[in-house]
Amino acid sequence: MLQIRGLGKTFATGDTALTDIDLDVPRGQILGLIGPSGAGKSTLIRCINRLVEPTHGAIHLGSANLVTLGSRQLRHQRRRIGMIFQEYSLVERLTVMENVLSGRLGYVSFWRSWARRFPPDDVERAFRLLDRVGLYDKANNRADALSGGQRQRVGIARALAQNPELLLVDEPTASLDPRTSRQIMRLITEICAEQDLPAIINIHDVPLAQQFMQRLVGLHAGQIVFDGPPDALNERTLTDIYGQEDWNPNHSDDEESDAREALSA
Amino acid sequence: MSAAPSPTYPRTWRRPPQIVTDRRWRVGLQVSILVYLVLAGQSIEVDWQRVVVGLERGQQFAMGFLQPDFISRRDDIMRGVVESLTMTLTSTVVGILISVPIGIGAARNLTPRPVYLACRSIVAVSRSLQEVIIAIFLVAMFGFGPFAGFLTLSFATIGFLAKLLADDIEEIEPGQADAIRATGASWWQLVNYAIQPQVMPRLIGLSLYRLDINFRESAVIGIVGAGGIGATLNTAIDRYEYDSAGAILLIIIVIVMAAEYASGAIRKLVQ
Repeated sequence: MLQIRGLGKTFATGDTALTDIDLDVPRGQILGLIGPSGAGKSTLIRCINRLVEPTHGAIHLGSANLVTLGSRQLRHQRRRIGMIFQEYSLVERLTVMENVLSGRLGYVSFWRSWARRFPPDDVERAFRLLDRVGLYDKANNRADALSGGQRQRVGIARALAQNPELLLVDEPTASLDPRTSRQIMRLITEICAEQDLPAIINIHDVPLAQQFMQRLVGLHAGQIVFDGPPDALNERTLTDIYGQEDWNPNHSDDEESDAREALSA
Repeated sequence: MSAAPSPTYPRTWRRPPQIVTDRRWRVGLQVSILVYLVLAGQSIEVDWQRVVVGLERGQQFAMGFLQPDFISRRDDIMRGVVESLTMTLTSTVVGILISVPIGIGAARNLTPRPVYLACRSIVAVSRSLQEVIIAIFLVAMFGFGPFAGFLTLSFATIGFLAKLLADDIEEIEPGQADAIRATGASWWQLVNYAIQPQVMPRLIGLSLYRLDINFRESAVIGIVGAGGIGATLNTAIDRYEYDSAGAILLIIIVIVMAAEYASGAIRKLVQ
């Protein structure tokens, strides 16, 4: 389904975020991307829908090479890729319904979207998705009136409104409490299973990843250093991913680095 | 910090100097500022006789204020106020209509570099010229009267609003824009769905703020011939009719306060 070959990204500042990434994601597979902050997890998934422009390599989704597309074709291809964000990234001052319908923007003309007159099929779809994520009665609320878990559900509904063939999920639970995190992960994995939808999920929390993923890919300094099932993850592979100096079982150090990451997030 | 067995810690702490760290430089700077102030103070020439005459005039003026005369120049004052309000409203509306596209164009995160530079230079030109100077220039071009005033205020509004709008757009939350972009939205849809909701309350607030700035400016540019209440005020002062001038000033104050209050109320409403 998704095929990444030789993907590399070097930022204008000269920092290399990704080098020579090869990755295949078959239909229906849920892949967890783990690694320390700055390993390039976010950059990798943002390269796929080109919110970040890759420097070299090829990304095939079905038959289209996403890297070489012009802007109009890129917009067409982006419709096939739903994205769920870390801080939900809902448009706060719009209603829940507008946020979900914005998943249809790639399919409707500017004037239709401007007048908020979406085709009946799109509206029906949006309501169905809201019902699926349990927010049917919140359709007319403003997005900033919702709780964190509810917002992420709206984010999921927005991504699914695109009728995507691939889901990109960037740290979906980083701003949520442990219980809500599990509910959100369960929702995402259930929906992927229902629709046979492949997903790449960036995830910070290793136990959570092990609980929900079928396959884990470990990224370290922009390179893949682990690729296997969750139970293949052990002390040694974790050291490969997180690095000797970052990977420290000492509790207080762990907390400190967590705090640092929370600050830089 | 200190020896091993029982460490003693300092009990006083002072904030280290942040800007000029060298003590000699710091003292030197302070002394030279003081010396400059004294010398500058001595260079001011005061003509005390003129001050006495001026105080007398000031007193007349204050008396005029205390006994404002709304009646004898009523028609002139009415005409001035209406002219000023018309000028204010039309120039603000026109200014907003022009400054929104320029403001969007001047936002670095939204537009390609050439468009950005072009829009920023329009903003820079508009902002670098003070209203009074533009007014003098436009009065010379289009003659005395409110049309020159209208053009002046429109032009000034563009610089003000477009700059603040562009700065505001540059400070939006990029995640929301990314999310809309990721759905395959076009540029116009991006502006409509991700940018507009984020900047609209501030745009409304700024527009209302500009409305009352424009009213105050309309009084100032009237003095250089651009019509409105300023022209009426200028005439009254030229004729030594301080009672009428007082009345005009009071009217300006009341209108500005009313505009201030109304815009505050509306801004609270749109948050």
